[in-house]
Amino acid sequence: MIQAIVFLPLLGFLIAGAFGRQIGPRPSELLTTGLLFASAVMSWIIFVDVALGHDHGFTPVIGNWMTVGALKVDWALRVDTLTAVMLVVVTTVSSLVHLYSIGYMHEDPSRPRFFAYLSLFTFAMLMLVTADNLVQMFFGWEGVGLASYLLIGFWYEKPSACAAAIKAFVVNRVGDFGFALGIFLVFQLTQSLTFNEVFAALPGLESKPIHLFGADVDALTIAAFLLFIGAMGKSAQFFLHTWLPDAMEGPTPVSALIHAATMVTAGVFMVARLSPVFEHAPAALEFVTLIGAVTAFFAATVGLVQNDIKRVIAYSTCSQLGYMFVAEGVGAYSLGIFHLFTHAFFKALLFLGAGSVIHAMHHEQDMRNMGGLRKDIPFTFAMMTIGTLALTGFPLTAGYFSKDGIIEAAFAASGHSTTALIGFVSTVIAAGLTSFYSWRLVFMTFFGHRPGHEVPHNHTHDEPTADELAHAAALDDHGHAHHHDDHAHGHDGHGHGHHAPHESPIVMLIPLAVLAVGAIGAGFIFEPYFAGHAYDEFWKGALFTGEHNEVLHEMHVIPAWAGYAPTAMMVLGFVVSLYVYVLKPGTAQQLAGAFPRLYQFLLNKWYFDELYDVIFVKPAFVIGRLFWKGGDGAIIDGLGPDGVAARVADGAKIAVRLQTGYIYNYAFAMLIGVAAIVTYFVAGGLR
Amino acid sequence: MFGFGILTGLTFLPLVGAAFLLTQKGEDEATLRNIRWATLLTTLVTFALSLYVWACFDTSSAAFQFVEERNWFGSGLTYKLGVDGISMPLVLLTTFIMPFSILASFDSVTKRVREYMIAFLVLETLMVGVFCALDLVLFYLFFEGGLIPMFLIIGIWGGKRRVYASFKFFLYTLAGSLLMLIAILAMYNHAHTTDITVLLKTDFPKEMQTWLWLAFFASFAVKMPMWPVHTWLPDAHVEAPTAGSVILASILLKMGGYGFIRFSLPMFSDASVYFAPLIYAMSVIAIVYTSLVALVQEDIKKLIAYSSVAHMGYVTMGLFTMNPQGVQGAMFQMISHGFVAGALFLCVGVIYDRMHTREIAAYGGLVNRMPVYAFVFMLFTMANVGLPGTTGFIGEFLTLTGAFKANSWVALFATSGVIFSAAYALYLYRRVIFGALEKASLRDIVDLTPREMLIFAPLVALTIYYGVLPGQILTSTQVSVDHLIQSHTALLDAVKLAAAAH
Repeated sequence: MIQAIVFLPLLGFLIAGAFGRQIGPRPSELLTTGLLFASAVMSWIIFVDVALGHDHGFTPVIGNWMTVGALKVDWALRVDTLTAVMLVVVTTVSSLVHLYSIGYMHEDPSRPRFFAYLSLFTFAMLMLVTADNLVQMFFGWEGVGLASYLLIGFWYEKPSACAAAIKAFVVNRVGDFGFALGIFLVFQLTQSLTFNEVFAALPGLESKPIHLFGADVDALTIAAFLLFIGAMGKSAQFFLHTWLPDAMEGPTPVSALIHAATMVTAGVFMVARLSPVFEHAPAALEFVTLIGAVTAFFAATVGLVQNDIKRVIAYSTCSQLGYMFVAEGVGAYSLGIFHLFTHAFFKALLFLGAGSVIHAMHHEQDMRNMGGLRKDIPFTFAMMTIGTLALTGFPLTAGYFSKDGIIEAAFAASGHSTTALIGFVSTVIAAGLTSFYSWRLVFMTFFGHRPGHEVPHNHTHDEPTADELAHAAALDDHGHAHHHDDHAHGHDGHGHGHHAPHESPIVMLIPLAVLAVGAIGAGFIFEPYFAGHAYDEFWKGALFTGEHNEVLHEMHVIPAWAGYAPTAMMVLGFVVSLYVYVLKPGTAQQLAGAFPRLYQFLLNKWYFDELYDVIFVKPAFVIGRLFWKGGDGAIIDGLGPDGVAARVADGAKIAVRLQTGYIYNYAFAMLIGVAAIVTYFVAGGLR
Repeated sequence: MFGFGILTGLTFLPLVGAAFLLTQKGEDEATLRNIRWATLLTTLVTFALSLYVWACFDTSSAAFQFVEERNWFGSGLTYKLGVDGISMPLVLLTTFIMPFSILASFDSVTKRVREYMIAFLVLETLMVGVFCALDLVLFYLFFEGGLIPMFLIIGIWGGKRRVYASFKFFLYTLAGSLLMLIAILAMYNHAHTTDITVLLKTDFPKEMQTWLWLAFFASFAVKMPMWPVHTWLPDAHVEAPTAGSVILASILLKMGGYGFIRFSLPMFSDASVYFAPLIYAMSVIAIVYTSLVALVQEDIKKLIAYSSVAHMGYVTMGLFTMNPQGVQGAMFQMISHGFVAGALFLCVGVIYDRMHTREIAAYGGLVNRMPVYAFVFMLFTMANVGLPGTTGFIGEFLTLTGAFKANSWVALFATSGVIFSAAYALYLYRRVIFGALEKASLRDIVDLTPREMLIFAPLVALTIYYGVLPGQILTSTQVSVDHLIQSHTALLDAVKLAAAAH
């Protein structure tokens, strides 16, 4: 069955990809979507068997990939509780996104290609989560990277989409660079890359030094650190996060599936899968906590001021991934995975909801041009509100259990770890910021009134000048502030936003409803299993915790104020947002005007793109040109062949004119060589 | 067959085809068609014969197989052929790639078709000969002789600066090959034989090894090509006709690597250990330096040529790690690069045939008119950047695993190549394939013809097949590589033991 789960999406990809043009868009859509639903149903069966039931998992081997010396890598599908959780997340969200896309993409001429890519992505992601060794994980890892590249660049006619696609792939490759080095080191240390064998060898390697890169370092710490660099790239953590906001160039269903629910969580999954390695490398775990904490805070601050509806959610995703890493960093792997699980529901819900808004607005993505939509698209409004409640951690919604759990765990661990304290403080602050920007999104989109509605193309009549300034700055910064999500817009005869916004078709609303159920219920239903009393029966050893790791128990005995802190922050964020955007509109513009530097700093995403452009991208081209013209051209060729040629040519003027004669010269030289040998041997033979 | 073995048949079969072509005179369409089809048929039969050899090949033995030996020029010199697990895959690669390059020349070559085809067939004989030769002098003849048809191909059917390109090639190669010739003479002087199987068991004095190693190195490094003697390659590629580029990238570049693994490593083990850091340094520089240079290229062929240099860096690095992953990875990387770089040059040929320019700036938005082409190009671009599931990954992964064992710094810098290769390859792809189709000249460009699809289909299939199940190639090299490494370590241990005893 696990084979069917993994390979049905591949089948869908092959058929839709190879014959999509022949069989037409509708059959391609139905085929890929149907196969994905089949895969999802079987995934839930496996989840019930393996995670909720008593099945301890299995690992069918499909074949040998490569065997070289001690290195033996199999194609195998490992199924345990951790995999089962991921299977459910991936196939459920993927099948819903397939369904949703039938509606969302209905104007697009290349639908077979789109659905093929979606299925390819799902296959690669499934290979990643079922990997039984690091190399197969790397296969899935790069495979999802490829699919992400193809889908971000799906509208290849847009230069911004192409640029974003390349950026995503290359930044991910920076992470993969670390991941690959980590794999090499693990192989050198354990002579194996299969998980069980690697894990079995770990106790003997604890605090063993190794000479690496010119220094003596703790072997497992550096291994975990290198592997985590891969996770940072894929999960868009601080320093390697720059690709994720740009990835919003892709169609919105892609953002929901890849850049919210599944692919970006691969890093979180990887740390959980390798929990034995990380548990043996406490210093690396501190680093994980720190990066997670910084990302959670950083992304939340940037999310405060973004005006593109998708970018707000993208930064929110980035921030929430930081939460998951904080959880794993303090040793609460199950909470990280739990948040991954719940986050998949409500973040996919938010993205698909945003897609529904964009669809209603005829591909307008700038929230400043929205407003008052709750009356036009009430269902979408309701769904978005549910998603926001879950994201901000409203009591009893999914986010409340997983996110507050993480904050509590961070607090519990902060007694013996400074980084955990940083994690606690930053996640609590980020909880407030999250609540603020999430409600800001809802208020800007669904409340108030649309600025262009009364007087089209005149933004000034009801807004103070600070907003103009901000607007102009946003234009300066992006050059493409008014995103148009779909190059095919208008094909169905709709106009360009002067028509009334309309509710989306039913195929788009069903996925929203299903995800909304998950966003409400996934928390309290599964909390006991993921992190509560049924922990051991549920995980069955799929996650490893060291003997001194008591964080899941300690988190239940923390002071009451720490437990209430996130909820308090959530309420605070809501109240401030309500005041700023509903009760007293215009406050935001005044604030932006009052702190222009801070506003610009946040609006420009802490200037990371500019910084990287100056220190990496531009120098690479400059150095490349220098090597080419200077190194190859002036030095090597100048001193070598061209220099010799010049001397030869000087002499040749007198002797012979060289035209195409080099060939003959060469042949002649060789003949002399042959003659020399023959002479030599003949002489030798005579001797 | 007149007392000769199957390898002689394999080596000289293309010459038979060439002899037939000599009888075809005239410039009319019917004759040209005959010439083209006769050449294709010859290469196909050669390929079939090589498959037969492979079917009979015993992968569990490290010994040379199908050995045949004849006296030649009296004493000392022999005509000796044989293959082992190291040369067998390269022979197959050669015979496999040949039909594609012939097929790719069907429409694009219109002048002196007969001579063109003869040049290719002679080239095939010489290339197969290089990998089969078990006598040093015979090897040298094939090795250096193979360059003459290549020169002719570039010089006669090449682009505008063909004379400059072949001249550069000449200067580089001459220096290297003369040194190798001297080394061969010195080896004969010491061992009194040029039989490779005997030389493999000969202990050369340490001092002598250093000089011999350097002399061979001079020749192989140019062929590879290794940085900094790589600058002939971009020019040669740019000027060569498509099929010439394919052969150059797929097979001729492998001769350097083959030379290292056949001669330098087993015969001069001490020197190889001594010089390994030099090789590492040059390989790492090649990977980083040429990747950066590739980033700024404006000519598609030049970009792929620089990328070839970077990929050959993985081969040299892997070979000198002297551990199973490194050496087998290097062997695999050579085969993989044969598929992938060959296919990439074929891809360039497709659009060159249509537009007659290699300028990246002259293209853009091809996907709108050529979706199948866009797919093929994407696949080989991804194989080139080493995406898992393609052959490119296996080679890079194994050589880097080996390198990490040998020297972590080397692996660190070499692994950075995965970032650079993604950057230049995707940047190229974006400029050529993606974007809107705005240029008027491209408005009527047509997608792959059935003939072109026929060319790409096997390459696509094998690139994925051997990426997912590389076992077949790995097993065929395994025993010979293990044997090589064992005797290498045994020798080194003996040296260490002797040093300890003193």
